[in-house]
Amino acid sequence: MKEIAIDVNGLTKSFDGRTVVRDLSLEVPKGEIYGFLGPNGSGKTTTLRMLCGLLTPDSGEGTCLGYDIRIEADAIKRNVGYMTQRFSLYADLSIRENLEFVARVYGMPDPKGAASRAIARLGLTGRQDQLAGELSGGWKQRLALGACILPEPRLLLLDEPTAGVDPKARREFWDEIHGLAAEGITVLVSTHYMDEAERCHELAYIAFGELLAQGTAKEVVAQSGLSTWIVSGGDLHRLGAALQVRDGIDMVAPFGAELHVSGRDEAALDAAIKAAKNADGAHRWTRGAPSLEDVFILLMDEAKDNFA
Amino acid sequence: MMAASCQYSAGERRDPGFFRRMWAMVVKEFVQMRRDRMTFATMIIVPIMQLVLFGYAINTDPKQLPTAVLTRDDGPLTRAVLAAMKNTDYFDFRVQVRDPEELDRLVRSGEVQFAVEIPASFERDVRRGDRPSLLVIADATDPVATGTAVSALQGLIDTALRRELRGPDDTIAKTEAPFAITLQNRYNPEGITQYNIVPGLLGVVLTMTMMMFTALAVTREIERGTMESLLAMPIKPVEIMIGKIAPFVLVGFVQMTIILGAAHILFDVPIMGSVWLLVVLATLFAAANLAVGYTFSTLAENQLQAVQMTFFFFLPNILLSGFMFPFRGMPEWAQVIGELLPLTHFLRIVRGITLKGIGFADMQVDVLALVLFMLLAMGLALVRFRRTLD
Ligand SMILES: Nc1ncnc2c1ncn2[C@@H]1O[C@H](COP(=O)(O)OP(=O)(O)O)[C@@H](O)[C@H]1O
Ligand SMILES: [Mg+2]
Repeated sequence: MKEIAIDVNGLTKSFDGRTVVRDLSLEVPKGEIYGFLGPNGSGKTTTLRMLCGLLTPDSGEGTCLGYDIRIEADAIKRNVGYMTQRFSLYADLSIRENLEFVARVYGMPDPKGAASRAIARLGLTGRQDQLAGELSGGWKQRLALGACILPEPRLLLLDEPTAGVDPKARREFWDEIHGLAAEGITVLVSTHYMDEAERCHELAYIAFGELLAQGTAKEVVAQSGLSTWIVSGGDLHRLGAALQVRDGIDMVAPFGAELHVSGRDEAALDAAIKAAKNADGAHRWTRGAPSLEDVFILLMDEAKDNFA
Repeated sequence: MMAASCQYSAGERRDPGFFRRMWAMVVKEFVQMRRDRMTFATMIIVPIMQLVLFGYAINTDPKQLPTAVLTRDDGPLTRAVLAAMKNTDYFDFRVQVRDPEELDRLVRSGEVQFAVEIPASFERDVRRGDRPSLLVIADATDPVATGTAVSALQGLIDTALRRELRGPDDTIAKTEAPFAITLQNRYNPEGITQYNIVPGLLGVVLTMTMMMFTALAVTREIERGTMESLLAMPIKPVEIMIGKIAPFVLVGFVQMTIILGAAHILFDVPIMGSVWLLVVLATLFAAANLAVGYTFSTLAENQLQAVQMTFFFFLPNILLSGFMFPFRGMPEWAQVIGELLPLTHFLRIVRGITLKGIGFADMQVDVLALVLFMLLAMGLALVRFRRTLD
């Protein structure tokens, strides 16, 4: 049996009477990269904060690294590295000073040495005296990750670590995360980039505080029961609007120069497409596989109808 | 929708003019002002507070000053003298003592402002025309507090004692004054205002700067977002608090060295007592104010609120502590509030050590008050410190 790093059940949290996370259960195996996806405001940050003791759940229970999230926050904090969504190192301290501070707070025996090793690992040796606030977005994120892994945590909670970072830096960031996972560290990483979802071993999708899907990327797509047609040609915007209202079509989403037309009921979708194709000869219609993004957009639309 | 976008098409966009742009700013400022409750409260409360404090509490002509009396002669003349003093409204005979040492102690510790000693066989000497002397000791640390009372003493013999001395001894009354009043202005005999103000400044400067430093401590971390990381690390609130206060104790130490040095060199303020005791207690006072500032920091929602809170706290400290105006000149309620402020107690300590040369024994109450104050502030800060982001 796989060892479980995070095992929580029925987490619920509300602010001012508004439920932000509802009855959320999560099981993250040790050593995996677990993606936590969802649109803005869906409750990702709130969930991560509950996991590391920064927020108290209204109800629900569970363990993080075997420690009870409700009563063993101190033990969790010693073993978990939490990277906040907003840069939260000291902008007016240098790179080295920030890292030494972290090392001291975690009671590491040789803070200076630990900081030096982290700086070398980050490839920042020449810039260690630069103020953290002066770094570019990508470097800030790398430094923040460096600070998180400095005290050698067993679990990393990363909150949208690549938001606003350029593609090259993002790729390097993910390479680093895979390296860490290979060392046996569990990583729970939230993101709203769909392409990053494919880089995770497993993922969970949350919208409006509700966990809507969970599993590997393949499983999530399969579970959705979605079928998709891909349309290309001119004036897709107008075509999309026309397709949207047809029975059997649950979702129309533009992808660059293509239109993804999807439905839950394969037969109904095919019938609808057939009718549309007959009425319109100007486009190319091909049967395709639904992408994760198609699935997520559909899940979110459905969830919106239920909760919003 | 279409019409609107046409109206604002690039070519036709008109200059809205000075008034409209300014008005846009005015509207925005009002909206923001209304959102910020604390600023709103400041706008209302500060003027009221100042009005009340200045209007009711401040009195530069303090009356009813606590006075100790040692009577070695108990005749009708003694009683008449004391009654006359009481009638001036300046002296309030609160303590009756039996020996001069006790009289000295009361003045030294600041428990009384004046002490009166009626010599033995006072009455007999007066009637014999020996012109005895009646001793009035004034604690002149604060010349303002004693000034008017002392001048009231001058006319005392003439006006009030005429009646008592009339009759068979009429002749005495008609000639020069039948007895003298020896006034002893202690601790600041020349009535130099700086001697009172400059040591007090040590307390005022420490209050203001120390509180400012820590008032921003927690709110700044919250506003900059660093608190979220900090709270996710294995560090405890008490460790954060002491870690944030300790560096500023050192700053306070530097400040106090500068002020004491300047007081001595520039203003010739004497330091009669132990410099080391003063340094230790000033450090305690600095720590108490740092704790207050830190408490504000845990109560405030943002840095502006924290600064406003320190201002709220600073105002009564300046006005009601006896720094600017005589403590004893204030009405009872103002004195009660004053007793609750750390500066009040520190002023007694610092003036006591510099001008009176008193030791620890004479200021235990004030030291205890500072310690209690600090512990209370720290306790409140720890209770109020939010360990989570809930
Ligand atoms: N401290 C808070 N007080 C009130 N509302 C909050 C607080 N934190 C988050 N929320 C609200 O909860 C919802 C979920 O927020 P969050 O967990 O940050 O979502 P995500 O990280 O997925 O973007 C949002 O609508 C947000 O406004
Ligand atoms: Mg978030």
